[in-house]
Amino acid sequence: MEYSLFILVAPFFLFLVLGLLGMKMKPKVAGIIGTIGMGLCAICAYTVAYQYFFQTGKVGEVWQQIIPLNFEWLRFTENLHIDLGILLDPISVMMLVVITTVSLMVHIYSLGYMHGETGFQRYYALLSLFSFSMLGLVVATNIFQMYIFWELVGVSSYSLIGFYYTKPSAVSASKKAFIVTRFADLGFLIGILILSYYTKTFDFGTLTANHAELVTTSLAGGTFMGLSLATWALTLIFMGGAGKSAMFPLHIWLPDAMEGPTPVSALIHAATMVVAGVFLVARLFPVYFFAAPDVLELIAYVGTFTALFAAVIAITQTDIKRVLAFSTISQIAYMMVALGVSDYGGHDGLGYMASMFHLFTHAFFKALLFLGAGSVIHAVHSNEMSQMGNLRKYMPITNITFAIACLAIAGIPPFSGFFSKDEILAAAFHNHPLIFWTLWAVAGLTAFYMWRLYYCIFWNTPKGDLAAEHSADSNSLQGVGGHHHTPHESPWTMAAPLIILAVFSVFSGLIPFADFISSDNRPFHAHIDWVVASLSIGVGVIGIAIATVLYLKKSDKPAEIAQSLGVFYKAALHKFYLDEVWMWVTQTVIFKYICMPIAWFDRHIIDAAMNGLAWTTQKSADSVKGLQSGQVQFYAWVFVAGSILIAVLVLFT
Amino acid sequence: MDFSNFLLMGQEIGLIVVFLLLFSYDIIGSEQSKNRWFHLIACIEFAILTIWGFVSPLPAGEAFGGMFVTSDLTVLMKNILNIATLIVFLQAYSWLNKENPVRRSEFFTITLVTLLGMYLMISAGNFMMLYIGMETASLPMACLAAFNKHKEKSAEAGVKYVLISALSSGIMLFGLSFLYGALGSFYFSDLTLNVVGEPLTILGFVFFLGGLGFKLSLVPFHLWTADVYEGAPTNVTAYLSVVSKGAAAFALIFVLYKVFGGIEVVWQHILWWLSVITITLGNLFAIRQTDIKRFFAFSSISQAGYILLGIIAGNAQGMEATVYFIFVYLFSNLAAFAVISAVEHASKGNTSIAAFNGLYNNNPKLALLMTFAVFSLGGIPPFAGFFSKFLIFMAAGSVGQYLLVFIALLNTVISLFYYLLIVKAMFIKKGESDAVAHFSSDIYNRISMLICLLGIFATGILWGVFSEQYF
Repeated sequence: MEYSLFILVAPFFLFLVLGLLGMKMKPKVAGIIGTIGMGLCAICAYTVAYQYFFQTGKVGEVWQQIIPLNFEWLRFTENLHIDLGILLDPISVMMLVVITTVSLMVHIYSLGYMHGETGFQRYYALLSLFSFSMLGLVVATNIFQMYIFWELVGVSSYSLIGFYYTKPSAVSASKKAFIVTRFADLGFLIGILILSYYTKTFDFGTLTANHAELVTTSLAGGTFMGLSLATWALTLIFMGGAGKSAMFPLHIWLPDAMEGPTPVSALIHAATMVVAGVFLVARLFPVYFFAAPDVLELIAYVGTFTALFAAVIAITQTDIKRVLAFSTISQIAYMMVALGVSDYGGHDGLGYMASMFHLFTHAFFKALLFLGAGSVIHAVHSNEMSQMGNLRKYMPITNITFAIACLAIAGIPPFSGFFSKDEILAAAFHNHPLIFWTLWAVAGLTAFYMWRLYYCIFWNTPKGDLAAEHSADSNSLQGVGGHHHTPHESPWTMAAPLIILAVFSVFSGLIPFADFISSDNRPFHAHIDWVVASLSIGVGVIGIAIATVLYLKKSDKPAEIAQSLGVFYKAALHKFYLDEVWMWVTQTVIFKYICMPIAWFDRHIIDAAMNGLAWTTQKSADSVKGLQSGQVQFYAWVFVAGSILIAVLVLFT
Repeated sequence: MDFSNFLLMGQEIGLIVVFLLLFSYDIIGSEQSKNRWFHLIACIEFAILTIWGFVSPLPAGEAFGGMFVTSDLTVLMKNILNIATLIVFLQAYSWLNKENPVRRSEFFTITLVTLLGMYLMISAGNFMMLYIGMETASLPMACLAAFNKHKEKSAEAGVKYVLISALSSGIMLFGLSFLYGALGSFYFSDLTLNVVGEPLTILGFVFFLGGLGFKLSLVPFHLWTADVYEGAPTNVTAYLSVVSKGAAAFALIFVLYKVFGGIEVVWQHILWWLSVITITLGNLFAIRQTDIKRFFAFSSISQAGYILLGIIAGNAQGMEATVYFIFVYLFSNLAAFAVISAVEHASKGNTSIAAFNGLYNNNPKLALLMTFAVFSLGGIPPFAGFFSKFLIFMAAGSVGQYLLVFIALLNTVISLFYYLLIVKAMFIKKGESDAVAHFSSDIYNRISMLICLLGIFATGILWGVFSEQYF
């Protein structure tokens, strides 16, 4: 399967071509080149997946780790070297499919959505770079390669979030995303260094082999501040994952990142980059499970809290992309919890499988939601719910596909989200009642806020003055730009990806995932736990019902309820003031007590040393200039004298 | 005599064939056809030789009773020299065809002879062979330096080169006679076992080192460098600074590792001091230069000091690092010389650094290539020069030479200062009246620039491949 290299090379090559030559092409040409390239890449990924899952992947009853390509890149010592290669195993092949599919959809969709934007070519170049980095991340054979691509993902998402670089809010959002994830990556890097210092390897295969024996033995005994070394290393690595996957309290960058173009949000903040953290934990799952089960416990609780926390905030938001952002945080947290509560091997590893399953289904329906939201924004030129309503008449395709995605995320059978969410709940049900009931409640909240969103966009009529205007001229809505026009369905380039993703969202839940992905790479049989299933369907239906009562028609009830909740509502609306807390921490604590002394040291010690060096250099350069006299007899003299001097020094010292 | 010995000399014979073909063409061909085709044919023939060196499986072994030795490593070293020579040939197009059409073929044939000498230096298994190789490389080199004989500076460069070269040969032979006197043989394989720290051997070694130090332009054997580099035609300077220096470094590696392994402590001590003063003095002089060719003369002196840093390690890692360093240095330095020769040509022979003022405005691509080149020479990631310096430091660090690495690091900071002076001239000092107007280089030079550009990026990222292949 050497051709799997093409999946990586193609987007990188596209990035170079579009980045260097893009400005010489017509925007449309650049877009089409990028899309076709991504299409080929996707076809290649499907072929790899078909070959892996149906032909070569399974030997006996075990899924193999196939490494079609690997070469040594940097060698530090005999044992410690950085390789670059491609690792194919069930989760990486699955990720290849997810990433290329969503990326291709986004490429097609952007042809319509970004039409006429300045920097269209740059946009496609960056999309290719992002796809390249993400694909490189999932097929990494070792943790350092993953780290390299991890950072590349960070950089490319930074430039995509800040795509509208003339808009101050986009600039600050991209900086925020970059700095917060970089901060988390510092933990990741330290974790990698600790792990590799003791195990003398970066290789995933070696780290996870034989129930992570290498890690448990080589890190055994060491403790630091009362916790074992393995706990430290793996917690720090999880910190990196938590940054990318927006776990509390490192989630603050994700809502702001919605400043980027909407298709970018679909690609980065729904399907690919934000699940990198989940993927990282899944990749190292045996290490976590055998070397530091306490960290796994921590992951479960962090995930549970994040899921609840984000769901509560999502209810109060009025910007449709922010609702989706918080719902993403909440759903990613679901996946983390599933990993956290999972055991190893066979049916006990249900959580692991469920996590990957949910990652798979969520990628499609969340991308669909974002692209649908993009379609709506494209039509009404606003992100605010209050500017929308009644759009179902004008945008039938968007309406239906969005409804499908909402049903999927609410966990209503037979849509895909039901199956994966049910497995997660089932995994939690048996071991952790507290986590189970919290997740159960979150499922209800999810159904509620998603359907609130849906009704507010497609049913509920606009409020206030706009409503009056609306009744006077029922065919017009006011956009942000102040111009009147009738919202209309998006062009086919945008509608087609919606339909394709809707098909995925309906049917992807029917895949018997346990046959392909499991914690110990041996297929097992998973069945639907009907007790859990009926509980989760019930709470989903209740959530939808409440949303229907409150938001199907315009009413004052939601406002009254908000009023009665008082402080709590206000806190949720302001995202529990976490941005402000972080601001205080950075400005008051970090800037004042850490950065200021460092800056002083830099200016007065480091700079002074460099200035001293420069001064010395200048002076000595002045004093030796006579040596280069241009007279050849002098040169000869120095030559001979130098030789003799060296000989004398060597012989007599 | 067994003629199968010649089978081992594949690359040498190939080189002689190329030489003879070009030489015959020079004699037979009409002036008109030579004007049109000579340069192209020369480049193609040499390119074929270069590629052949990489793809054909060349045997390893000893010929002529141990006089001539070849191995995978010598093949690699010769290939590296070939690449550099090819790039120099490509760069020489404007100079040869515009200024010296009559003597065009002389440049190629003379250069090929020096290259043959360098092959012999690398493959030598005997000090006499090494000496003959060195002389074969040195004497024609003086002709090359004096190639623009109507120019006073070029003639001066030739004379200086030949004088110092004669002196260094004398000193080297003096050293060799000590070695022979002490040990009774010139064969490397005989000497290996017998070299111990006797004073006469050490004395012999020091004088021998003086001879090679001249080629490498190590302080204090370096004083000719600046004058010759400045006076010689730019393309010859490029050849001197990369190929001639590389060959000397390769020969030095073999001699030190193979012959003088027994007195490793002694030569490590000598090289320690030589590398410190070479890097430092090279830097100190480079700062003050106003002529770009003199500037690169001192920059190349300081780079030679870094080469010693790798050799000092005295183990396989050091050898790998040194060969790799030269490989990367080739691309970076020749990229710089491609730009220098283009700018010199466009500005009618002006080689002052001021000729680069505002280059970015009118010729942004050249300015960028020059920037990449000096960044790579200075060792800034992600350019290849960073990786090669890193490896050199690793190699020296692996034998505990931390102080040396620290001094070299300090010098890297200084070197960045003067490399950035050129960048500053190109990007910041704009709007001055003497900026070179926009021009396009000839196709040959463009190809050479492309090769160098690829080299500057690819050799850094792909060194793992390189290292797996040969070490």
